[in-house]
Amino acid sequence: MKPPDTTFRPSRGPIATTRKYLKILRASLVERMTYRADFIFGTLFRFLPILTTILLWRAIYKGASGNDETDTTLSGFTYKQMIAYLLLTNISRMFSSMPGLAGGIARDIREGTIKRYLIQPIDMVGYLLAYRIAHKLAYIVGAAIPYLILFYLCRDYFDYFPDTLTFVAFLVACVMAFVVGFFFEVCVGMVGFWFGEVTSLLYIVMTLNFFISGHMLPLDLLPHPWSDILKALPFQYMAYFPAVVFQGKVQGMALVVGLLAELAWSVFFILLARWLFVRGLKRYSAFGG
Amino acid sequence: MILACILYNESLKSRNDIRVSPKLMPIIEAVGLTKTYRVFQKKDGLLGAFQGLYRREYKEVKAVEGVSFSIEPGEMVAFLGPNGAGKTTTLKMLSGLINPTSGMAQVLGFVPWQRLDSFRRQFALVMGQKNQLWWDLPASDSFQLHREIYSIPEAEFKKTLAELTELLGVEKLTRQAVRELSLGERMKMELIAALLHQPQLLLLDEPTIGLDVIAQVAIQNCLRDYHTRRGVTMLLTSHYMRDIEALCSRVLVITNGKLMYDGPLRGITERFGNDKLVKLRFADTAPAPDDATLARFGEVTKREGPTVDLKVARGEVAAMLGAILDGYVVDDVSVVDPPLEQVIARVFEEGKAAHEAA
Repeated sequence: MKPPDTTFRPSRGPIATTRKYLKILRASLVERMTYRADFIFGTLFRFLPILTTILLWRAIYKGASGNDETDTTLSGFTYKQMIAYLLLTNISRMFSSMPGLAGGIARDIREGTIKRYLIQPIDMVGYLLAYRIAHKLAYIVGAAIPYLILFYLCRDYFDYFPDTLTFVAFLVACVMAFVVGFFFEVCVGMVGFWFGEVTSLLYIVMTLNFFISGHMLPLDLLPHPWSDILKALPFQYMAYFPAVVFQGKVQGMALVVGLLAELAWSVFFILLARWLFVRGLKRYSAFGG
Repeated sequence: MILACILYNESLKSRNDIRVSPKLMPIIEAVGLTKTYRVFQKKDGLLGAFQGLYRREYKEVKAVEGVSFSIEPGEMVAFLGPNGAGKTTTLKMLSGLINPTSGMAQVLGFVPWQRLDSFRRQFALVMGQKNQLWWDLPASDSFQLHREIYSIPEAEFKKTLAELTELLGVEKLTRQAVRELSLGERMKMELIAALLHQPQLLLLDEPTIGLDVIAQVAIQNCLRDYHTRRGVTMLLTSHYMRDIEALCSRVLVITNGKLMYDGPLRGITERFGNDKLVKLRFADTAPAPDDATLARFGEVTKREGPTVDLKVARGEVAAMLGAILDGYVVDDVSVVDPPLEQVIARVFEEGKAAHEAA
């Protein structure tokens, strides 16, 4: 009979930890690919709303000018820029939208499946992050070709392709849009520790977010105090900000300030998520389980 | 009897052999563990539901009350108790999922609810079926993930996995999506996942619930074999007497949050079984006593022709037998303990009655 091994294996430092989360990422990728049909349909049907939005805005611009939609400018957006903006917010959302994340966390809490993260030597938020990055990678790679075709077809709406610096700033803004989007939704999900069910809250947040993130229309179109207020909130980074960066509407100092503010919001939500998680676990340990 | 004593001492000795932990301390030590839940009292009907929106009434429920015990390395111990007795709550405290309202516990030298990484690496909890495996992936992918989560060296991982799949006979199923497996197969996979990192302590909550007899036995055999091979300490809860009889030398009986008994399974009868079952077969050649006569000696539980089962208080067996043998011709007699399940059911009922009276 072998005596029990009383010397525990210590974790092997940051490299092992990174490796651990990379493995989770890989497993998640594999899982994602098992649902190929869902994946393909999900990608294809995303483009349907884009078509209707283009038609809608054409009608609005025609109405505003009385004749030719290309004559009018609304709050600094020409018709072409408006369509380009709406196409670009789809790219922003590709990074920042987190379907099922908050709801999944709340479900884990409600149904008790959260205990796996409390028993195994793994951090829940870290695990979910690795999982989400995998899903996003799979999605972005899979959607790359359809999006390239779409943007090629819509190339006339773009005045020019941005210079390298602007493009890099756009990519950075997109990656941070992912961080803001992810940790914002984690925070919403953590509310489940207190309320159990977050479906209605989630519905309100998502509906509101569609508007205040600039996904529906550029924030500049709103009456004066509102556009400034919304631009001070973190939600604009999930749709509006990366799009206008790509369009070159934010440049120089404003761009630097914008990116720094996005970074600050990223850090804010990371810390808020951690705080809520720690507080929530305390509550869970005391009342639930 | 002497033989039984020797065997028992042997088993104690082999238990001592396993106890080589350098600290020479119990693997689990619980002192006065108490957990009180606050339960929201929902009122009936729509009006009640609306009232609940702004004013809620809570009731304090003592799920576990002052439970103390200690478990030595290498022991296999069962938690026995009816539904809602506090077995699962105790397991949750020991695994660090919830903290107690009062009381202390040391598990593997750690305070479990601090949830330190080094603590989490050394134990496993199997609770329900959807906890460790990825539903849509083959079990082998989940196992790989576990390897990374627990940083298990490749060679060790392969060896353990091969050993466990062979032990449970599921070599061919690890490449199939978990959701396509049967309940029993999934449980086996859960068990493998739980044992991959070679925990020193295995906590099992109803490991055989809902399984057919064949799967139950397979799980029991696996647990027993694994225990023999590795000397892992196990604490399990179960409704099934069969699980406990097959696996555990020691039982903790818990009802209404209180520990009622701690000792060997057979000892329950001695402690709580105040009655003996006297089985008599009267000879055909002489008249047997009628029911009314028998009832003076004890409760008649069965009567088929010359065969009679009598329930008699432990202390009166000798006197009663003397009287019967004096007055009647008896072919065969045996005195046995009543079935364990009956005794335990009575312990549960008495615990409940005491709780309700308090």
